[in-house]
Amino acid sequence: MELLGLYNYWAFAVVLMTGLYAVITKGNLIKKLIGLSIFQSAVFLLYITMNKVDGGTAPIVQKGVTDQVFSNPLPQVLILTAIVVGISTTALGLAIVVRIKESYGTIEEHEIQNLDRDS
Amino acid sequence: MVILFAVFLLTLLVLTAVAIVRTENLFVAVMLTGIFSLLMAANFFVLDAADVALTEAAIGAGITTVLFLGALALTAEHEKSVSAGRWLSMGVVIVTTLVLIYATFDKPRLGDPQAPVHLHVAPWYLDKTPEIIGIPNVVTAVLGSFRGYDTLGELFVVFTAFIGVLFILSGRRGRHLPSNGRASSSTDQGLGHHLIPKVVGRLLIPFIVLFGFYVQFHGEYGPGGGFQAGAIVAAGIILYALLEGETQALKVVPPPALMGMVVGGAVLYGAVGIAGIVLGGNFLDYSVLADNPVTGQQIGILIIELGVGIAVCGALLSIFHAFAAREPS
Repeated sequence: MELLGLYNYWAFAVVLMTGLYAVITKGNLIKKLIGLSIFQSAVFLLYITMNKVDGGTAPIVQKGVTDQVFSNPLPQVLILTAIVVGISTTALGLAIVVRIKESYGTIEEHEIQNLDRDS
Repeated sequence: MVILFAVFLLTLLVLTAVAIVRTENLFVAVMLTGIFSLLMAANFFVLDAADVALTEAAIGAGITTVLFLGALALTAEHEKSVSAGRWLSMGVVIVTTLVLIYATFDKPRLGDPQAPVHLHVAPWYLDKTPEIIGIPNVVTAVLGSFRGYDTLGELFVVFTAFIGVLFILSGRRGRHLPSNGRASSSTDQGLGHHLIPKVVGRLLIPFIVLFGFYVQFHGEYGPGGGFQAGAIVAAGIILYALLEGETQALKVVPPPALMGMVVGGAVLYGAVGIAGIVLGGNFLDYSVLADNPVTGQQIGILIIELGVGIAVCGALLSIFHAFAAREPS
């Protein structure tokens, strides 16, 4: 039961490295971006795991309740804005991929490199 | 009981991540990404982060999936497998995973109240928010007031990404006008000829938009705020665009209005900061906005959340239209 308290961190490690694997081995640029967003989600999971307090609840103060334990609001604030920034950067990446497809006719990394070498 | 549920959700999360990476059909991968985000949102909710769960469900599962599908429609649906260097990178990744797992044994256990992260400034925010800001949701208070500079910066990151996408995707293959006789393209038609999506979608859209407004204006009392509300309203209008066609959606919210929303929202946020200086306080100090400092804080947070909501909604819709308006090459 003691070790079960670390399960969140193990899931974080595996998901993080799954995303990294997609980024470094996949040649398809969209697959690379998907890997990047998995990597990013894993970091969110790490932060949110740290905000949990035993017996706590979401940090919304209720009137007249004084003995309630609250989870830590700070990691939540950081990650809330990070999610919105994450979609913005993903959108920018996808826009660049679309332009690469229009210029090269492919979004496979090795084919793009071959085209660059030939020209 | 809760921990068993959490373990179940996390295991599903890991399996989904592995499945996303393994599949070579990008359409399947994108659909699995939506499931991944929904599982992630459920995990956040189990971990007491209601605001973050709402954001992840609206943005991760909703808007990201639509943007990836839009990009797939313009590129290719299948990836070509590359085998070079696969085992080497697999080895590196496995070794790094083991090192990370070894490092977790030094971490505080999940939910430990004595973990260092809970002992520094977090109790101060929880104690002082009712006194200084006077609103129940501590996350909104920290986001809007205590860390207002940070949120302003994040809003400008969204703004910059919006400008970037418009720069990259406008141009020769850009907008096709409805008058030039190309109304037969798939983005113009939408899903209007499918009866069930049309009926169900039309029923849902008003409620999605209404819920977005609720999340916007109730963000001080419950989970929610400008970022979530902007994404939810944008999702409602994107659903409309998918059902009725791109052209029809652009008639409802025309591109100049979208530009105005993004710029106006960001300017509204900045203007509240400047108003603080003019009235004798610091930049983004809301206490001086009213006679009573606590009322001033509440007014300030309400206005900046409105600015965030409008700007995020406009930016996400503009990005969606930039992808949808492009002809496949």
